[in-house]
Amino acid sequence: MKEESFLALDFHDLEVSFPVTRRDFLRFAGGGIFVFVSFGELPFGQGQRGVGQELPADFNAFLRIGADGRVACFTGKIEMGQGIVTSLAQMLAEELALPLDSVDMVMGDTDLCPWDMGTFGSMSTRFFGPPLRQAAAEARAVLIELAAAALARAPQELVAAAGAVHVAGAPEERVTYAALAAGQRIARRVDGRVPLAAPSSFTVIGAPALRADAAAKVTGQALYAADIRLPGMLYARLLRPPAHGAELEAVDTAAAKAISGVTVVEEGELVAALAPDPETAERALERIVARWSTPAPGLTDATIFAHLAENAPPGEVADEAGDLAAGAALAALTVERRYENAYVAHAALEPHAALARVEDGAVTIWASTQAPFRLRAEAAEVLGLAEERVRVVAPFVGGGFGGKTHNSQAIEAVRLARVAGRPVQVAWTREEEFFLDTFRPAALVDIRAGVTAEGRISFWDYSVLGAGERGSRQFYAIPHHRTLIRGEGWRGASRLHPFATGAWRAPANNTNTFGRESHIDELAAAARIDPLEFRRRNLEDARMRRVLDAAATAFGAPFAPAPSGRGFGIACGIDAGTYVTLMAAVDVERETGEVRVRRVVCAQDMGLVINPAGARMQVEGCITMGLGYALSEEVRFASGRILDRNFDTYRLPRISEVPALETVLIEAGDQPPQGGGEPAIVGMGAVIANAVFDATGARLLRLPMTPERVRAAMT
Amino acid sequence: MRKEIRFTLNEKAVTLEVEGDRRLLWVLRTDLGLTGAKYGCGEGRCGACTVLVDDAAVRSCTYSIARAAGRHVTTIEGLATDGELHPVQSAFVAEGAVQCGFCTPGLILSAVSLLRRRPHPTEEEVRQGLDQNLCRCGAHLRIVRAVQAAGEEMARHAEGGTGR
Repeated sequence: MKEESFLALDFHDLEVSFPVTRRDFLRFAGGGIFVFVSFGELPFGQGQRGVGQELPADFNAFLRIGADGRVACFTGKIEMGQGIVTSLAQMLAEELALPLDSVDMVMGDTDLCPWDMGTFGSMSTRFFGPPLRQAAAEARAVLIELAAAALARAPQELVAAAGAVHVAGAPEERVTYAALAAGQRIARRVDGRVPLAAPSSFTVIGAPALRADAAAKVTGQALYAADIRLPGMLYARLLRPPAHGAELEAVDTAAAKAISGVTVVEEGELVAALAPDPETAERALERIVARWSTPAPGLTDATIFAHLAENAPPGEVADEAGDLAAGAALAALTVERRYENAYVAHAALEPHAALARVEDGAVTIWASTQAPFRLRAEAAEVLGLAEERVRVVAPFVGGGFGGKTHNSQAIEAVRLARVAGRPVQVAWTREEEFFLDTFRPAALVDIRAGVTAEGRISFWDYSVLGAGERGSRQFYAIPHHRTLIRGEGWRGASRLHPFATGAWRAPANNTNTFGRESHIDELAAAARIDPLEFRRRNLEDARMRRVLDAAATAFGAPFAPAPSGRGFGIACGIDAGTYVTLMAAVDVERETGEVRVRRVVCAQDMGLVINPAGARMQVEGCITMGLGYALSEEVRFASGRILDRNFDTYRLPRISEVPALETVLIEAGDQPPQGGGEPAIVGMGAVIANAVFDATGARLLRLPMTPERVRAAMT
Repeated sequence: MRKEIRFTLNEKAVTLEVEGDRRLLWVLRTDLGLTGAKYGCGEGRCGACTVLVDDAAVRSCTYSIARAAGRHVTTIEGLATDGELHPVQSAFVAEGAVQCGFCTPGLILSAVSLLRRRPHPTEEEVRQGLDQNLCRCGAHLRIVRAVQAAGEEMARHAEGGTGR
């Protein structure tokens, strides 16, 4: 793509090199009706590229109704399995009175779509959804205005339905959106004055919809970053250190260069073998001889928790009320515990990949990324180019979970492509993926809390170290409490953690909910009150009570003071505005310490549910993924070496291990939509730990609850 | 050493002149432009690269191209016939067994192979049969349901004499 910008609204002279995009793109060519949307964060200090005089600059998505009567939404958000390609389209179809399949989502292409901060934090539906609906309502109002002129009727006599505007009571007197949009060039921006469709009239929102991308994915037609092919492209394999902290002292690339077709690039610490196929590149890499410094003996997965505790910064109070000493004086019993969780990997099935083409000072990057605009800025900086010269395209992303907000594979590809003068693909191996991942941090939660003789929590002294703040605030009715956040959490982490850490599905909240909900159970057990009754007694938040009750009804079996021997657990949590209660039933094999989860029930209040089918898939995905960090997933390491390098020792939850799952979505259509991709995972550590305690009387204080740890806790 | 290897790929004859120790996965993805089989682990542990060789589901990331000689290789691109989805593909769509889609081609081909061996698998047999395929998005239960539904659908077709 050349100088032209996406705001050259007739699109005629755009040159799009990626054939699928081109074909899709040409469908949108021509004039039409445009509505611009702003929400959340806007790019600070940088205008939209190529802003025309007549168009607004401060927006971050737009709709276009074309002469074909189809609606296209251009957004920098990306699809990574979470399903917004379907749910965002549902919102548009609803407000525009269109069939769902008349909506096209154009996503994650920095030349076609306006700036977007990235796809993470369960924010797309929460923060993008409402203004997007507003934009669609605005577009409908424009269509009705145009139809009023075309049909010589007053706007209030007209109704939009099925891609056309007709006279109320006279459906034959109609004009299609296609006819209305043809030859138009109208730009509006959302001013919020047009009313949205009433929930009682919804036909598309709230109706389960199959994934819009499923057909492409079951036939192998869906393209991911590593699937993009360009003529003359080279495949790169990069030299990596054996351990974090090891420095390159000497390198001999002669033997690699001797292989026919191989180019070796050496640019500072970047050493790579490039070849016309990945196996030749791999063979060449194997012939590169490197000498690395040996990092001083350092931390291991066994010593990390002591290290964290010793290096804990004092911390900041995130939330407090009352007086802890006064609360402690009211307590009939006090329990103090430390909860720990290990580093875990994102382990998306798709490893990081990117293809970069650097040509005549213009760069195109196809990358598996959750943040295409961030990548564009990074690549422009590395190359010393203006951002306008860089185009990033995010094709389908094969799972992100936070791990693909970091794009170093794409920067590597850009640097190599610049040197090689040909397009270069960097596709990490699974071993590189484990070495270069930004892990969910190992972290500690310290809690001291007390209960009155009446079974009410009188004080709660909480501190989390190394994970971060999200999910740390307790939501029980506790008169005296304090929540302390120590360390940088998942964001920065270089001082506390021996390697990079980052956002991992519901960052920090998995750690915080494991600590809080385990401790609530510890208090209940100490007070000899069943954990359901104990929560009811200490919860005033009506939303959480409703979710807890809904879960209890679906779970069916009554709770008893733990340990009851039955293996039932509860955990509550709030994430991304969504309220969740999980209940689980487990069996524990006493000889081996193996935990088998039989059943998990999830009740969730996520406000207005756009796509119940998609929401359920996300809940099930959260529970299934959460089994891993609860039971088996842990990154082991020693002195900068990552010891888990593939799926043989790093155990993801398998198909044979998944329990029966039931999801209850609370009717809350009068509330704005909340996050769906992350909330149900936050309680998975605690709900299983609590169920193991109920089964055995053994309290597991560290995640994952491997058979060895369960056995040790039972003795 | 380069040698001539002939096999059938998605019902079409293919002749290649390649090093015999190259992996089927990379020959498919690089030389033949079929990118439906994915690289996930490179060691045959995740199943994302699964293709059918004759009726068997094999890990193409560890399967040498020489072994494919004279055999029928089916990739996800060749599973639908005449534009009609295979029942396992349709069932994955209908059951919502797809999220990010990266494990999907390998899982579908593993399921096709399983159903050819066991046309009426129990839930437990499906779970065991697909246990070596990883899915990170957590579509596990829907995948099991989809495979069972596809098995039933194929059995109905077979009874009607239109089985595949």
